[in-house]
Amino acid sequence: MGEFGIGQPVRRKEDVRLLTGGGEFTDDINLEAQVYAAFVRSPHANAKISAIDTLAARSMDGVIAVYTGQDLVDAGVGLLINDANYTNRNGKPMHKPTRQVMPVAQTRFVGEVLAMVVAETPAQARDAAEAVEIDYDVLPAIASTAHALDEGAPLVWPEHGENLVVHWEYGDKDDVEAKLAAAHTRVRVDLVNNRLIVSPMEPRSASAEYDAASGSLTVYTPSQGGRRLQMMLARGLLKMAPEKVRIISRDTGGGFGIRSKMYPETVMVAFAARALGRPVKWRGDRSETFVSDYHGRDQINVAEMGLDASGRASVLKVETLLNVGAYLSENGVRLPMEGGGRIIPCMYDIPDFYFSVKPMFTNTICTDTYRGAGRPEANFIMERLMDAGAKALGMSREDIRRRNFITEAQMPYKTHLGFTLDSGDFDGTMQMALDAADWTGFEARRAESASRGKLRGVGLATFIEGAGSRPVEGMRMRFEENGDVTLFAGTYSHGQGHETVYAQLVNEFLGVDFDKVHLIDGDTATSPETSNGTFGSRSSMVGGMGVKRASEAVIAKGRKIAAHLLQTEAERVVFENGVFRAQSSSVTLAEVATASRDASKMPEGMALGLDESVVFENDVENFPNGAHVCELEIDPETGILEILNYVAVDDCGVILNPFIVHGQVYGGVMQGVGQALTENVVYDASGQLLSASYMDYGMPRAAHMPMMEALFNVVPAKTNELGVKGAGEAGACGAPPAILSAVGDALSHIGVSHIDMPLTPEKVWRAIQEASAVKAA
Amino acid sequence: MHNFNYHRAADVADASGKLTSLEDPKILAGGMTLLPTLKNRLAAPSDLIDLAAIADLKGVSVEGDEVVVRAMTPHAVVAASAEVQKALPALAQLAGNIGDPAVRHRGTIGGSVANSDPAADYPAGCVGLDATIVTNKRKIAADDFFLGLFETALEEGEVITSVRFKIPTRAHYMKFRHPASGYAVVGVMVAQYGSKARVAVTGAGPCVFRLSEMEAALEKSFAPSSIANIKVSAEQLMGDIHCSAEYRAHLITVYARRAVEAMV
Ligand SMILES: Cc1cc2nc3c(=O)[nH]c(=O)nc-3n(C[C@H](O)[C@H](O)[C@H](O)COP(=O)(O)OP(=O)(O)OC[C@H]3O[C@@H](n4cnc5c(N)ncnc54)[C@H](O)[C@@H]3O)c2cc1C
Repeated sequence: MGEFGIGQPVRRKEDVRLLTGGGEFTDDINLEAQVYAAFVRSPHANAKISAIDTLAARSMDGVIAVYTGQDLVDAGVGLLINDANYTNRNGKPMHKPTRQVMPVAQTRFVGEVLAMVVAETPAQARDAAEAVEIDYDVLPAIASTAHALDEGAPLVWPEHGENLVVHWEYGDKDDVEAKLAAAHTRVRVDLVNNRLIVSPMEPRSASAEYDAASGSLTVYTPSQGGRRLQMMLARGLLKMAPEKVRIISRDTGGGFGIRSKMYPETVMVAFAARALGRPVKWRGDRSETFVSDYHGRDQINVAEMGLDASGRASVLKVETLLNVGAYLSENGVRLPMEGGGRIIPCMYDIPDFYFSVKPMFTNTICTDTYRGAGRPEANFIMERLMDAGAKALGMSREDIRRRNFITEAQMPYKTHLGFTLDSGDFDGTMQMALDAADWTGFEARRAESASRGKLRGVGLATFIEGAGSRPVEGMRMRFEENGDVTLFAGTYSHGQGHETVYAQLVNEFLGVDFDKVHLIDGDTATSPETSNGTFGSRSSMVGGMGVKRASEAVIAKGRKIAAHLLQTEAERVVFENGVFRAQSSSVTLAEVATASRDASKMPEGMALGLDESVVFENDVENFPNGAHVCELEIDPETGILEILNYVAVDDCGVILNPFIVHGQVYGGVMQGVGQALTENVVYDASGQLLSASYMDYGMPRAAHMPMMEALFNVVPAKTNELGVKGAGEAGACGAPPAILSAVGDALSHIGVSHIDMPLTPEKVWRAIQEASAVKAA
Repeated sequence: MHNFNYHRAADVADASGKLTSLEDPKILAGGMTLLPTLKNRLAAPSDLIDLAAIADLKGVSVEGDEVVVRAMTPHAVVAASAEVQKALPALAQLAGNIGDPAVRHRGTIGGSVANSDPAADYPAGCVGLDATIVTNKRKIAADDFFLGLFETALEEGEVITSVRFKIPTRAHYMKFRHPASGYAVVGVMVAQYGSKARVAVTGAGPCVFRLSEMEAALEKSFAPSSIANIKVSAEQLMGDIHCSAEYRAHLITVYARRAVEAMV
């Protein structure tokens, strides 16, 4: 409706506040009489802890307390848990080692928290942390995903006898292998999905305050929604009643999946605040976030696909190694099965499928969800396979995809792992991207580049996502005396722009002025009881539908009140543009809201107030999808690669705000560009993190990307009334395979079809050198 | 960061005096290198002597056959200077490609040269453009100034006041940026002074160095083909997680040739 309703490119409400320094991030919060925490971190990837001497630290200026793992054991603090439950086919359950908040006997990765100092000033806390003496018996360590399952590799959990967490399988291996062997054409790809530093702009931080009189604890921390953290901290860790623990995130500078997790430092800050009766504050620095924030991706995939002569794929085998780090984080181990598993084999209808996943422990920080969480990995596998299939059969890359797409006629389409795709026009979406990128005119551009000595390539990637996981979420709507409407959401906007989009929805459904709608989120004291937070591109559906349901309930109630005020029947009252009408008489929503506070104006028996509290629950997720085309040029003499053109066509269903969705696409593509070109976590053989600062870890820069074109092919989701599909993670799914496809195209004439990410100039140069040497021989 | 005393030097003599009289002092210029080192607690000087208030140490000028850049001049000023762009465009271009805008507006030539970071650009500019490093005590030829990894000819109490670049017949700088830091993985300054040539390489070795074989070849014939096949040994070069020594060696030849190509 109008310029602020659904589909309008409304400028983000929150931006002026955020861009002018008005945000309130955790480090901006200072509590009366607060003291400061600093952490002692392990310098070793694997070592027995023989002694921790805190005496010197304790006697230093300003030091209030020093805690070690033993103090937590003595205080009865609980464990950091993982509730995944996979079993080997032989019935053996997965290996689930316990994780102490601070380990007592052994450390298993560089950066692990082993002790905490609390002091009057941050500098005193740091000085004292350096004075804590720990005796280590250093053990051999393993960091490599490729080698952690080798015979004789150092063991992260020796009592378990191997680094394998579980061998999870889907499908009939023998049958799939027989079919692969019998296939007309069989293609194979060997892929490394590189490990990434997630890099939210705000470093991880926490402040906590305990009120002894009421026995209540308040923790300020960046998050993606506090309810789960509240439950974990209260029930599992500090053994308190959940209602006595409050988690507040005012503003959060990026989440990307890793800010939804419970970390040892948060527990420690809360524990110390309670133990000391003084507010405790910790702001991690960038070096700490490198070694102690969970990392992303880190898989090795070997995949094979069997095709007939026409390019129709009928059989698929995917074997995945997943590096989960030293412990089981909350979701890391689930990603291939429950993240990527939702969609694999992605947009393609492939009847026979065997899927093997081997998560493994290594002496590294845990991996966990990172923008896309398993779906970029799954799409990467399938897109590399499709390109390989096209090459093997001499088909075009668009034709082979077209040949294998799940069609709208096949929908609802049940995926191998039990999800149901409701909608999507995969061929149409791909065609839009090809047209926008002038795919058919490419050869002329290739020739022009060649005349300048450059190798030009164009790449195509199509992808599908599963968005809106755990589709249940609460929403409260409150009518203020001045006519404003306040929403209390269980979702939590940490950059996504919910203040704007939810206000658009209220404007659309209730006709309330955009500026009169306010959002309160990120506080467990006010958010709805049922609250999961924001992750997995879920808020447009679960939050948006919450606003819709609440609005509907308000209208239903409002009609009764309006009917009473207008002296007619509710059935005769229509609601439109914020006004209840019955023939020629009318009353506004604001007037109804005012009347609802006055018993004398209310129908008999009706409770006062117009406020609503709803829980939206859906059976299913939604399935955003898209097609990206990337065109680039390689300098064969240096291996330097330059992206020249990028087109993203996304089907995120109904677009609530194209301005915001474009932002999501650009950001996601940029993170995909980072993974494909510059970003890579490097551990050395002893488990030291070499890429531990932005001087060593290659974040993508604006210069890595030309202006990109983002277009939409709107196919409304059939499974929610708004028709929305998630938009947050698509870019990160599309960019890596689109770029790899383009590089494969640029180098195909010399026989290079795949280079592992990141495609650094040296790797590209070496691939060219090696291929040329082979050709010359 | 550990505690330190902060001083704002009134002039170079004041700075020099404090440098010799205080316990463990350090000069603070743009702070782009020094401050992160302090924040990471890798250094703990007792005193910082800030040169920011010394007006004499700022600005660029062309004096005869030299471009003079005073020590506290930020890279952005050098890059944007119409005088430098006219007299020595290669230097303006070098300065304009250092790091990112924030770094270029804070980082100074004095700090860069004093630091002798193996990956910094100015050392290649200094050696390639036959510069003289002027301090409060003496003048040092760039060829004698850069001694090794983070090591220079500067002595205790010595403050760089300016760098004087000799204006060449023509010159060009080519840089391969480090994908993470933006520093030079390989930076090559090629300059022609009449019948003489200079080729200075930064980023690849422990400190800036000259390639005499290329210089001799260019002095015979200042053409790309003269050096296109001169291979550089990887043996003395550095490698890191982004670029191996072998790749750096390869890039030196390519970038030197391209620098010449850009001039002829
Ligand atoms: C993110 C980033 C990217 C960068 N990228 C590049 C790049 O691409 N190329 C490049 O060349 N550089 C790069 N730099 C370095 C930067 O350009 C500065 O040149 C460098 O940081 C030093 O200059 P400064 O003025 O900041 O010196 P400071 O950090 O203040 O000082 C550095 C050292 O020099 C000493 N010193 C300073 N001035 C004098 C003086 N006049 N006399 C004697 N000693 C002195 C100080 O005591 C200190 O030891 C980068 C830096 C950063 C942080």
